[in-house]
Amino acid sequence: MVAKIKVEGLTKIFGKKPKKALELLQQNKTKEEILKETGHTVGVNQASFEVEEGEIFVIMGLSGSGKSTLVRLLNRLIDPTSGSVWVDGEDLATMNNEQLRQTRRKKVSMVFQNFGLFPFRTILNNVEYGLEVQGMKKEEREQKARKALELVGLKGYEQMYPNELSGGMQQRVGLARALANDPDILLMDEAFSALDPLIRKDMQDELIDIQNKMQKTIVFITHDLDEALRLGDRILIMKDGSIVQIGTPEEILMSPENEYVERFVEDVDRSKVFTVEQVMIRAETVNADKEGPRVALQRMKEAKISSIYVTDRHRKLLGIVHAEDVSQLIKEGKDDLKEAMETEVPTVTKETVLRDMMDLLTERTNVPVAVVEDEKLKGIVVRGTVVAALSGSEVKLNGTSS
Amino acid sequence: MELLPRIPLAEWIDAFVDWLKNAEFFFDGLTSFIKFFIDGIETILGAFPAWALILVIVAIAFWFGGRKIGLAVFVLLGLLLIDNLGYWNDMIITLSIVLSASIISIIIGIPLGIWMAKSTIVESIVKPILDFMQTMPAFVYLIPAVAFFGIGEEPGVIASVIFAMPPTIRFTNLGIRQVPTEMIEAAESFGSTGTQKLFKVQLPTAKATIMAGVNQTIMLALSMVVIASMIGASGLGTAVYYAVGRNDAGGGFEAGLAIVILAIILDRITQSVSKKERS
Repeated sequence: MVAKIKVEGLTKIFGKKPKKALELLQQNKTKEEILKETGHTVGVNQASFEVEEGEIFVIMGLSGSGKSTLVRLLNRLIDPTSGSVWVDGEDLATMNNEQLRQTRRKKVSMVFQNFGLFPFRTILNNVEYGLEVQGMKKEEREQKARKALELVGLKGYEQMYPNELSGGMQQRVGLARALANDPDILLMDEAFSALDPLIRKDMQDELIDIQNKMQKTIVFITHDLDEALRLGDRILIMKDGSIVQIGTPEEILMSPENEYVERFVEDVDRSKVFTVEQVMIRAETVNADKEGPRVALQRMKEAKISSIYVTDRHRKLLGIVHAEDVSQLIKEGKDDLKEAMETEVPTVTKETVLRDMMDLLTERTNVPVAVVEDEKLKGIVVRGTVVAALSGSEVKLNGTSS
Repeated sequence: MELLPRIPLAEWIDAFVDWLKNAEFFFDGLTSFIKFFIDGIETILGAFPAWALILVIVAIAFWFGGRKIGLAVFVLLGLLLIDNLGYWNDMIITLSIVLSASIISIIIGIPLGIWMAKSTIVESIVKPILDFMQTMPAFVYLIPAVAFFGIGEEPGVIASVIFAMPPTIRFTNLGIRQVPTEMIEAAESFGSTGTQKLFKVQLPTAKATIMAGVNQTIMLALSMVVIASMIGASGLGTAVYYAVGRNDAGGGFEAGLAIVILAIILDRITQSVSKKERS
């Protein structure tokens, strides 16, 4: 993985004489102490991190945590007090105005919380804006803008004005405007925060869809942990301008760095975050191609289970057999397990979130849910591990041991 | 209080005005520029017969005034009345003076307002000057105007510009400063140059506010015409001025009514342009 954006010791202090405050900051004084001593506000405090190409990197924090300042430092809408931001190995801070403009035109686009659309321009002209300032010809930029609008599902709205559209649609326009430039990097500042919850979820899905198609590098700002967990490949948590923790959603949930993060993740609906992969265990199986009823029964006894999954020699899932049926087979002197096999079994994939498999777990209590990938049995999910995961106790990552 | 000699402010101003007279060539140039302006407008307006010009103005009022039949009818009847009362030529002169003063105010005022919006220092210098320009009794401007520009329409226009320009400057400044931060950030984040930002985002957004300022400027310029008639600017103002001198209530009312009609027409047209931009 390549670091698309690299941030090193990035600091922003608001006020007239930031030098003094910067010194104090380097002496590890807190934001409050500096405010008291110098009257300066620390926006971002010596942040260092890397954003990898093609990931959705979420910066999360409550209001006043400096996340909006941080994202504006990434395209130098705000000039940093110290530290540096490299985009594709180029230092933003040392760029002259022309270079900075070129970077903004070609590489980095931004989506705003309140959309930042131009009310006096049609939707199409809004989306064209970024291309227009580059001096692109009318037909060419119009074609690109139409394509971008189609991508966000707003075909047919080209000639309307922003105030004629709902909030969700307006933000699609904002997104289309950012995508029309075909930038490598999208900065999204609380892009969905102004939308109502249902629309918001649609937009999140849409963003994930678009991301799957286009593979941009996205820096997404939010104050909403659910949103962060849903979208983020990695999440950066900020407090008072400092970075508290950076990690994948699982890491943040399972090993919070400190009490602050812990309190944050306390109320999370874990069933929306954990996937099958984290709770599945190794499956006991019998190979129907070479093993018969006796082996199956023996294996069930050893593992103290009442049913066992049947596969072929390539571990392809065939079905499940239950202990009493297998005993019956043995009594009747038959050798082929398949005769007693039930082929209708509940299956999920590794990526399924727990919330979506609750029905399967409760519908048939006597059968564990099979985890299948390319028709092959990868493991099973039993109720016990799911309950443990949801209640917040330790879960082993990729816990394939039983 | 006797201990403190009176500050010779008036003498200083007189000395300053005398000194300024050295720059006669400058004021002469300015006078001929303004004369050229007024004459130009007057020639264009005068080229039409009254009925033709009335139709043109009615069409403009209908077209830009939000296509309201009522307004068009009012404009038609109002202008016919002015013609009927015999104030048509006076009205053309007044309109030329008002338009000249307004156009000059806009040409100077909008760039100045933009500059003010861009720089807090400029704002803090220009604002008190504007306050001064607006609160100083308008009559006072007539004195140096006569000194530098003689008598006639030109000093009237100069005095009108000084008196009427502040709203355009103020509203331009205000309009640009009121553009939402996020829109500015959007413009910048897409790599706009300063000029692109100004012409593609700031001015279009501020247009309605700027137009409100222009409307005020035109109204103030119109309110100066009677005052300017004291220094020889002819037109409807002169008719009022004479009527006052001769205690002629009827004549005064007629000329005054003509001014009111002109004011309403100018106001409705510019106001609806401003409103259209806003919606």
